[in-house]
Amino acid sequence: MNPLCQLLEAALFAAPRPVTAEELVTLDPDTTLDDVKAALEQLREHYDFDNHGVELVELAGGYQILSRPAFAAAIERAQLSLRPPRLTAAMLETLAVIAYRQPVGRAEIEEIRGVSASGVLRTLQERGLIEVTGRSEGLGRPLLYGTTPFFLELLGLQDLQNLPRAEELLIALQPPRPEAVGPDDAAASVPADR
Amino acid sequence: MEHLSLMTTQVSTAQALGPIVLSPGPPIDPARSAGFVVELEAFSGPLDLLLHLLREEQIEIADIPIARIADQFLAALGDLGLNQAADYLDMASRLVRLKAQMLLPRSPDAEAWEDPRAELVRRLLEYQQIREIAHWMAGAVERRALRLARGYLPPAPEVPPPPLTLDLRELLAAVERAIAGILHPVMHRVVARPLDVEGATQRLEALLSRHEEFVWTEALAARPTVSDVLSVLLALLELARRGACSLLQPAAFGPLLIRRESPLPAA
Repeated sequence: MNPLCQLLEAALFAAPRPVTAEELVTLDPDTTLDDVKAALEQLREHYDFDNHGVELVELAGGYQILSRPAFAAAIERAQLSLRPPRLTAAMLETLAVIAYRQPVGRAEIEEIRGVSASGVLRTLQERGLIEVTGRSEGLGRPLLYGTTPFFLELLGLQDLQNLPRAEELLIALQPPRPEAVGPDDAAASVPADR
Repeated sequence: MEHLSLMTTQVSTAQALGPIVLSPGPPIDPARSAGFVVELEAFSGPLDLLLHLLREEQIEIADIPIARIADQFLAALGDLGLNQAADYLDMASRLVRLKAQMLLPRSPDAEAWEDPRAELVRRLLEYQQIREIAHWMAGAVERRALRLARGYLPPAPEVPPPPLTLDLRELLAAVERAIAGILHPVMHRVVARPLDVEGATQRLEALLSRHEEFVWTEALAARPTVSDVLSVLLALLELARRGACSLLQPAAFGPLLIRRESPLPAA
């Protein structure tokens, strides 16, 4: 491994979250983004070819060194690591609505799920999975919610584009709303539904 | 055994959907099935319950027999003890309204007739899609949880303390230490009276028997305390009262003379 590779490895090892390539560039004033990306690729290959127990994973827009899935069971059995607390059905459904419709207000979430959402929204906010991204222009200027980078991290996604697309799902929405994921479309059609 | 069939389909739903559906509820004693209670969390909302009923009846979402489903929904509410939940009652009222709308005569012009169920169908499909995404997301979380990161580590679980081994002496010593640490509140301290008039009287009488006359300071000890002085003073006054001595002050502000009175000749 060249010195830049070693530096990146050390930084990724020390960082508690995924680190973006832009952040990694600041480690060394003499390096460039291209150098960093090339070195990251080299680091990934190093882990893969030498059969390391860890691998370099692209996650939430950044890079992180993670243990390989094959060792999860043994590590958990030895109680060296704990899984994050489970997400309940209500939390997953609410997250699904927010992930696809963000920025989205509470009323729309409740309309889709058919139940009150205030408690679940608070819990998701406390766990850092969603955040308030602004206020709607509508009546009462309600808060709008969106997902956080930690949401991507928890799901192991690079970005929101990695979520399954509407047409890949088994249940495709029928007209009059063919594009379920368009926030503009959703905002326009919800008041009309009532 | 309507209740039982409800129960069994729900269990299979839970298996099919994996981690999304929570506990399928407690096992039922058929004899007491009138009190069939399901946790509210078993369904994550009225749409969930509705989908469950449709699945149970194997009904296409696009063609819902509203009258039948509305009745079953209301019955399920009673069975599940959900009538308190406003969210469920909202859906119940919508279903009843739809049921009424379906009974209205249609206009002869079939083109103009708009299916009143369209909105419900759209919502159910939308909700089903959300459920599918939620299911996918649960899987993604599971897969991600297999890769462990350093910063991802929660604090290590606390090791339980080793079992306590003590012998009696150690235990008693510990009790002593604990008791010693307890602060007793001070309410009132009774102090032995420091005045010793009797002792002073004896000393004065001894002096009087040896000396005809002496000064006041001679009667005091080497370094008298306030209480010593007071004791001697009280003893002197008492002796003077009894006539054992007389107190004289020859000069103004001069030293006080103590002179033996004449009981000696009498004695």
